[in-house]
Amino acid sequence: MELGPIWISLRLASVTVVVLMLLGTPLAWWLAFTHSRSRAVIEALVALPLVLPPTVLGFYLLILLGPAGSIGSFWVEITGTTLTFSFSGLVIASVIYSFPFAVQPLQTAFEGIGRAPLEAAATLGATPLDTFLRVASPLALRGYLSAIVLVFAHTLGEFGVVLMVGGNIPGVTKVISIAIYEQVETLSYAQAHYLSAGLLTFSFVVLLGVYVINRRIPINRF
Amino acid sequence: MATLSLHIDLRLDDFVLSVTENLQLEDVTVLFGPSGAGKTTLLRIIAGLENRAVGRIALNDAIWQDREPRQFIPPHLRSLGYVFQDGRLFPHLSVEKNLRFAERRATRSDALTLTEVITALDLTPLLQRNPTSLSAGEQQRVAIGRALLRNPALMLMDEPLSALDAKRKAEIIPYIARLPQEFGIPVLYVTHNVEEVTRLATRVILLAQGQIAAYGDAIEVLERIDLEPLAGHLETGAVLEGRATAHLNGMTTLSVAGQDLRIPGTSVAPGNILRLRVQARDVALATQPLQGLSIRNILRARILSIDLVEEIFAEVLLDVGGQHLRARITREAVDDLQLAIGQEVYALIKSVAIDRDLLT
Repeated sequence: MELGPIWISLRLASVTVVVLMLLGTPLAWWLAFTHSRSRAVIEALVALPLVLPPTVLGFYLLILLGPAGSIGSFWVEITGTTLTFSFSGLVIASVIYSFPFAVQPLQTAFEGIGRAPLEAAATLGATPLDTFLRVASPLALRGYLSAIVLVFAHTLGEFGVVLMVGGNIPGVTKVISIAIYEQVETLSYAQAHYLSAGLLTFSFVVLLGVYVINRRIPINRF
Repeated sequence: MATLSLHIDLRLDDFVLSVTENLQLEDVTVLFGPSGAGKTTLLRIIAGLENRAVGRIALNDAIWQDREPRQFIPPHLRSLGYVFQDGRLFPHLSVEKNLRFAERRATRSDALTLTEVITALDLTPLLQRNPTSLSAGEQQRVAIGRALLRNPALMLMDEPLSALDAKRKAEIIPYIARLPQEFGIPVLYVTHNVEEVTRLATRVILLAQGQIAAYGDAIEVLERIDLEPLAGHLETGAVLEGRATAHLNGMTTLSVAGQDLRIPGTSVAPGNILRLRVQARDVALATQPLQGLSIRNILRARILSIDLVEEIFAEVLLDVGGQHLRARITREAVDDLQLAIGQEVYALIKSVAIDRDLLT
């Protein structure tokens, strides 16, 4: 059995999780606390990948990331390589595709915390960053756990966007879901079973673990 | 003494707050007024938690907010402690860690130690507890300790006792009353409860509809009759101060300007000063000493003024050995008894009329 697709999928999911936690946190924070009118627009944009067919998203990403696209041409200029059909391109596509899975749990968690503890921390002399690190993020731990697991699992399971942007290059962009598709097309059902059952089991165990841990984390830990 | 100078304007769609005053902060200054008057909003503006207000705020030499040049010092850089109505302890930290959170970020590291605060507020048994497992009263005690450990130049308290029942209030009031003396931190205290004002205030600011309606010495503000319509729950009355002399039969004897006043038993040790607010409607007048009365408290007094109020009443201001007392009686009675300014009378106070909620 080829292990390449598994490795690429895990690597893609991990990188996507890291990137999305870094990008999603400030955006979710802003959405949770802003009074700005543009909030609704941003929320709708963030939620778009939930409703769009992956092919639509993949199509536009292909144009945007391609050597003729604005991002793609810029990438070619600084790196000399193309974004499409590369692992980096895959990461960008995954990040956009999984955005709502990171932002929404975090936003809900921050809204649940509310301003009260943040104001209390400020009156005790904590800077905004200090307040975020010592008060907000520990209180939002469940939100982070949900966001990480959802993004990871969602990235493992993505198919359409990957196929459009990354194609099917063994060792570079061929992820588990595409490997399964290819094996089914070539009627290698046994191989398809290994990967499919493996992914099914893995997903179930991870989700089970999250729900169990979620119940065990009292919001009051110290 | 600290001076807090305020020149503040806040204009919202349905609310306008406009305050210009130099407050001399000594011991406890109470910001008093009916709900909706803007008390909490003013406190939040002072703390920097409400940034829509324009104007100038300065504590002594430290400018916290200014119009020209435009300046807004964020809350974490203002030397203040804030006790919120609901405590706001961090639920993910133990009581001890809540206290250490403040200690580590203290504005001055010299004056106050963790041990001092723990001792002063009797927090030792609570240290390892989870804040959510504490009673409301315990939470407020921890919140006060936490704010103190910031070691601030000014302590702001927003109705810290409003969630507590009378018994818990009575337990915490002495801690608050001691703060300014014990730690040298002036307190600005918001409440709409007149008993808390009586018990704690050195000075009172009466806020009504976003404006300062009165500001001054607590005893003087609390006996003004013109403030009644503005103050909501405040019925006219006056504040008496007395020294506890004895406890007998569940009653405490207070010596008020050399005369005895008997009130329902309190735990105040003999020798300590107690302040009571007596409502005008609970005081009756007689021109001669009376026998055979159930009323225990009869104070000799002299009439200082007689104001006609409403349609049929008169408010009589009395001097009791230098202290003031108010009686609300009918105009008919004024005429029948031929009461006049300067006249010696006997003021009858029903003991039970004294609110004992906050007596300690």
